[in-house]
Amino acid sequence: MQQLPDLIACKECDAVHRRLTLGHNEVARCSRCGAELERDMRDHVGRVLPLTIASLFMYVIANVFPVAGLEFHGAVNHTTLMGAVLSLGAEEMYLLAFLVFVTTILFPLFQLLGLIYLLISISGTGRRSHGLNLWVRMIQTFRPWVMVEVLLLGAIVAFVKLTSMATVFPGPALWALGGLALLFASVLSFNPRYIWHMAPPERRKKLATAADRTSAAPSAEKAVTAKPESP
Amino acid sequence: MKTAARLGMVLCGHCAALWKDVQAHDRCGRCGARLHPRKPDSLSRTWALVIAACIMYLPANLLPVMITASFPREEQQDTIMSGIIYFWTSGSWVLAVIVFIASFLVPLFKLAVMILLLVTAWRHSSWRLLERTRLYRIVELIGRWSMLDVFVVSLLAGLVQIQGFATVHAGPGIVAFAAVVVLTMFASMSFDPRLMWDTGAPEQEKPDE
Ligand SMILES: [Zn+2]
Repeated sequence: MQQLPDLIACKECDAVHRRLTLGHNEVARCSRCGAELERDMRDHVGRVLPLTIASLFMYVIANVFPVAGLEFHGAVNHTTLMGAVLSLGAEEMYLLAFLVFVTTILFPLFQLLGLIYLLISISGTGRRSHGLNLWVRMIQTFRPWVMVEVLLLGAIVAFVKLTSMATVFPGPALWALGGLALLFASVLSFNPRYIWHMAPPERRKKLATAADRTSAAPSAEKAVTAKPESP
Repeated sequence: MKTAARLGMVLCGHCAALWKDVQAHDRCGRCGARLHPRKPDSLSRTWALVIAACIMYLPANLLPVMITASFPREEQQDTIMSGIIYFWTSGSWVLAVIVFIASFLVPLFKLAVMILLLVTAWRHSSWRLLERTRLYRIVELIGRWSMLDVFVVSLLAGLVQIQGFATVHAGPGIVAFAAVVVLTMFASMSFDPRLMWDTGAPEQEKPDE
């Protein structure tokens, strides 16, 4: 088995392209189907760690404080995210409780802690240990199941629905969820898969000299998107 | 067009490293993930998940997703559709449209697109490959938003628990609905878009050199 570090294949149409050295924030796209092949993440790496730590603070607020309060004929009831999960469990809706728990509480936390650990580990020596490999793969596998932004929209819909039947007031967790969804949008734009491409500089040079060997493969189209994503 | 399959190369699905001379059961030398030229049993797995989602789609739309008991009115049962109609008639048009898209249009669109992709890939069709790939990307992007109603019902059930005055319970419909969302998400993950391009007729080969 032999690696071909100077070639890249499209994961959507299987076309093989020559790898290009990307400039800042440049994106390489497949010339056959338009899928993203590679993205320059050097600027991003420094920004992701502070954003992830800020997300963790928001996450704690979103989970400790009530999402909303409800006043109905003098009786007041609050609920936290975990409270909603537990009341589903109390109604024997175990599958539903489990699904809500993993998509809004467990996987977001796992994602944040995983990213923090990963970013701290690679920022030191730039070397990757073997335990880290499994970690990166797990972060990627669980990524589609982190549903903070959908939960935020759900909380807003539930909130508006209740205003017609009772007095409702937003809890601190609702605002924190808003902040968390915004931060997450920026944090999740960092795909841990690109950690593999952040080769040390001396290897990058080797890639460039090896490029002539593979002139048979068409080179990827470089999209000129120097759009820096605002946090 | 030179493809990894024709050149005898295998792409790692996780870290995108490209390998040649891969034996069966080999793992990626860079990230350790298992190497497969194509996602394993992609079409049959995706078919199974899509069919299961289609079956769950019926109870998801027919059974009540939310049961409201508020004193002194009698118990009220809401389905996905009656919840949308409630928003519309009570004047929350924006929410009615959002919930209609997330809970009704998106699941239907996903099932229709997945069936289209499966049938065309299965018949080795080369019809509109680029558009089909785009449809696949859209399905991957919007799938998660159907979870909206699951969260709405869960939060309402957690919040409206004032005994004697008003209680909201999750109905059996929401479990079926959540199953549709999860099954279609797994279906789009197990579908390998490269299968569409593999079997396409020889395209107009651009002169490479
Ligand atoms: Zn492609």
